[in-house]
Amino acid sequence: MTTVESARATTSGAAGPGRERGELRLGIVGAGKLGTTLARAAVAAGYDVGLSGSGPAEEIALTVEVLAPGARAMTTGDVVRHADVVVLAVPTHRFHELPGDLFAGKVLVDAMNYWPPVDGDDRELAAAADGTSAVVQAHFPSARVVKSLNQLGYHELDELARPEGAPDRTAIGAAGDDRGAVRAVTRLIDRLGFDPVDAGSLEDGAALEPEGSRAQVGFTPTR
Amino acid sequence: MGAHDFEFGLDTFLPVTVDASGHPIPGDQVIRNAVEEAVLAESVGIDSFNIGEHYRSEFMDSANHVVLAAIAGRTERIRLGTAVTVLSTQDPVRLYTDFATLDAVSGGRAQLVVGRGSLTDSFPLFGFDLADYEDLFQEKLDLLMRLLRDQPVTWSGTFRSPLADQRVSPPIAEGHIPTWVGVGGSPQSVVRAARFGAPLMLAIIAGRPDRFAPYVDLYHRALEQHGQPELPVGLHSLGFVAPTDEEAMAIQWPYYREQFEWAARERGWRSPTLEQFADEVDHGSLYVGSPETVARRIAGVVRTLGLSRFDLLYAVGRVPHEQRMATIELYGREVIPRVRELLADAPAAPAPAAADAAVTT
Repeated sequence: MTTVESARATTSGAAGPGRERGELRLGIVGAGKLGTTLARAAVAAGYDVGLSGSGPAEEIALTVEVLAPGARAMTTGDVVRHADVVVLAVPTHRFHELPGDLFAGKVLVDAMNYWPPVDGDDRELAAAADGTSAVVQAHFPSARVVKSLNQLGYHELDELARPEGAPDRTAIGAAGDDRGAVRAVTRLIDRLGFDPVDAGSLEDGAALEPEGSRAQVGFTPTR
Repeated sequence: MGAHDFEFGLDTFLPVTVDASGHPIPGDQVIRNAVEEAVLAESVGIDSFNIGEHYRSEFMDSANHVVLAAIAGRTERIRLGTAVTVLSTQDPVRLYTDFATLDAVSGGRAQLVVGRGSLTDSFPLFGFDLADYEDLFQEKLDLLMRLLRDQPVTWSGTFRSPLADQRVSPPIAEGHIPTWVGVGGSPQSVVRAARFGAPLMLAIIAGRPDRFAPYVDLYHRALEQHGQPELPVGLHSLGFVAPTDEEAMAIQWPYYREQFEWAARERGWRSPTLEQFADEVDHGSLYVGSPETVARRIAGVVRTLGLSRFDLLYAVGRVPHEQRMATIELYGREVIPRVRELLADAPAAPAPAAADAAVTT
């Protein structure tokens, strides 16, 4: 049993493809465009979502109430306590500011992309031969990092979600070295309304970056 | 409000356009063409002409206040503004002097949209650190608002020397220069605009505009939370008008493709397809077509988002000056009157008039 399944409870999701019984919890660090859009999508998919910004919960309370009703604003520390799967959706140049042991044992979805015009020139990220998620994993050594949810425009997480089996369902790749963590993320992707694709190791995940070539990955549908 | 309170603007970044043979025209000619485009805009009844701020070879709008001043000398009524001023790398004191002076020479027609800008070329150019992206904007917005609203100013911050009981000339009547905050989709920016009591200018260049309705809701809720009065919301989007839908699509598509292929290479976006372009035109955020088509789409988004202002960035990419002029003519003479008609038939939810922005900033 993986960590995401162990957090079981009694209610099933009221909406979305929440086929399974049991409480679904998701943590999101970052209350910007991606964080709030993902929170809204996850609430619709039946998740109990905790969301944090860079400061106290009150700072983002109104934003969360209006943009992702049903999700809960909290501190980053509480987000980590809230869920076993946490999405990192902060600007790429700011993840260094989070403590390295913050996500110990958690499945950490790296949804960030390094874009020099906005993130500034970061030598480490620019030179990351094994992809930027390897840098993220090195910063959070005790987290189970999976690269995913970085391949669509944030608004497409709303617009392109489709039920399972829909002919125009979009695929999202997930890459990571911890296979249990990858499986947890593929279930998340599926519940959000996308076809999960196991994109291999964290290093292989470099192909999921903006400059990456999908041809480098041997896609294997995992459902 | 009456439909006449609505502000219809034109926005341009002064793109380097091509001539009839497809060759880029010189930058100085681009700038003089922009003055002619603004003069035409006034003559066909457009409410405002707003110029961007970029620092790269394809745009000639790096000193927008100078171009606006030249336009001021050739026009009498049209409002003259920015779209947007990259406030993070400007000195608010210099920005104040530029636009208070523009306001004086134009007889009170200056206005501003300030934002963080989606491009960051100005940071290394003016010696700013991208790591300060958030803090720079916050601090400079604070100082600019103080200069516009409440002189003399006593102020201190992190990025420049403090001011003590400082007056900056030329003086303007309190709140005379409407100053909108431009937002590209960051919820924090929406809340910040509300906290400063600044009207909100949304920039939507792709996707269904109705997905921004929650942002408008957030803005109104945040205004309420911060004890601010109701303030207007405006929209900046891209488009092109021609006599027929087919012509508009046929002229705009190759330049749109070229522009967004460049952007795709730089930003890691996917390259546009004709199918996506057509979908943006039908349901998304491209206002391309005949005057009737464009008017109906604008009226639709005005109602959906409860807008008080609509700025059309006319012609995407290097579309030649002559076709830009033709779009301005159709936008002013046909699209705007038709939108007013459509809104009078089925009014939008009550929205504060754009003109009210002047009183509150």
